[in-house]
Amino acid sequence: MWMGDYTLINLFGLMIQAIFIENFLLANFLGICTYLACSSRLTTANGLGMAVVIVLTVSGVLNWFVHQFVTGNGALFWLQYLGINTSGIDLNFLEFLLFIAVIAAFVQMLEIVIERFSPSLYMSLGLYLPLITVNCAILGACLFAVTRSYPFLPNLVYVFGSGVGWWLAIALLAAIREKLAVSKVLPSLKGIGITFMMSGLMSLTFSGFTGIKLANPTGVKVEKLPVTISSSSGSDLLRERSDY
Amino acid sequence: MSKLRPTSYLTEQIWHGNQVLVAVLGICSALGVTNRLSVAITMGLSVTFVTGFSSLFVSWLRNVTPDSVRMIAQLAIISVFVIIIDQFLKAYYFSISKTLSVFVGLIITNCIVMGRTEGMAKNVEPLPAFLDGIGAGAGYMLVICFVGFIREIFGFGQLLGYQVIPLSWYATPESPNLYENFALMVNPPVGFFLIGGLIWMYNIIGRK
Repeated sequence: MWMGDYTLINLFGLMIQAIFIENFLLANFLGICTYLACSSRLTTANGLGMAVVIVLTVSGVLNWFVHQFVTGNGALFWLQYLGINTSGIDLNFLEFLLFIAVIAAFVQMLEIVIERFSPSLYMSLGLYLPLITVNCAILGACLFAVTRSYPFLPNLVYVFGSGVGWWLAIALLAAIREKLAVSKVLPSLKGIGITFMMSGLMSLTFSGFTGIKLANPTGVKVEKLPVTISSSSGSDLLRERSDY
Repeated sequence: MSKLRPTSYLTEQIWHGNQVLVAVLGICSALGVTNRLSVAITMGLSVTFVTGFSSLFVSWLRNVTPDSVRMIAQLAIISVFVIIIDQFLKAYYFSISKTLSVFVGLIITNCIVMGRTEGMAKNVEPLPAFLDGIGAGAGYMLVICFVGFIREIFGFGQLLGYQVIPLSWYATPESPNLYENFALMVNPPVGFFLIGGLIWMYNIIGRK
């Protein structure tokens, strides 16, 4: 439950995988809206990236507990100690609602705490916090972690790595956008259009990492990872090609 | 905005205020789910349903929702409808729900839904809010279906799972100079280029 079959080297591999191979912004395409809105300056991007790392790490851990003790399959076992029979209860359908409630509540609390104790940090970070509630990367990472049923520590490493990967990507893209702002672009393509093209090129380079698997525990036969859309289409393509 | 006829809320959202092309919202799922037209249609319909009904309910409850907790209240309303969609897909279209995997859940954080409830529904009457939500969803669906159409036809040579590019056109070991599927179209990054290109075209048309 805490460590599963993972060794320390697996955890390191998982970290690398979350940051580079399955980069949330450039390989999973989550959190794009926030990225497009806030990446025209590098300082903004850094502030937002830092906030995402903090929120994603904490809410990822909290949601792991929610899944493990409330919504997962047979997760309500602890109620038996209170004498309540829970064998027929499955709260899996509540998962979305509880996850987003946990994220929203945590963000709200963090905002209040930061505002109270560190006004300077609030000035730099607080502006981005409301944006983060609706950042798909946060909910996406929590849902991915659940579908892959990570134990506690790998889950922690995974959500932290995802946050760092998102930060890395938005910082890289913001640096390029700062240069783009002063370069000559077709008038109709200026602004958001060229940003799309540039992000596409960037994510093509990151897609060079796909297919490398670092995170599976060694010596254990791991069930197949949930098929993401890109990988399923890839295998479709291979199958269809072999037909001809 | 109050002088608009109710139907103009609907049509405004589909072209002039298209959420994907003008407001640049809802891009995440527009890239992730568009490699097959059928998946794109399912996603478009789901988002339309969720946007329409959550706008309706947010608008109904707008006078009793305290301002300080409105984000959480809106998220709760939205996630109720997403749960309905998720359970419906799991019950009747299991294979599509498997393909969409986490993207169904991510409708909650789809910026379009939140943008419409926050930007429109909390200020207007229920009927305009509902039409506005449906319109926003339909505009989104239009764009992702177009992207899905292009990606499926060039990436797989198929449309809705049926082969449309004749198999006899394809390259074989005997005649290697014939047609081949465009493998780039299958990869999600191409969504960036397609949507970027659409925005480009939209700007050219809008400028005239």
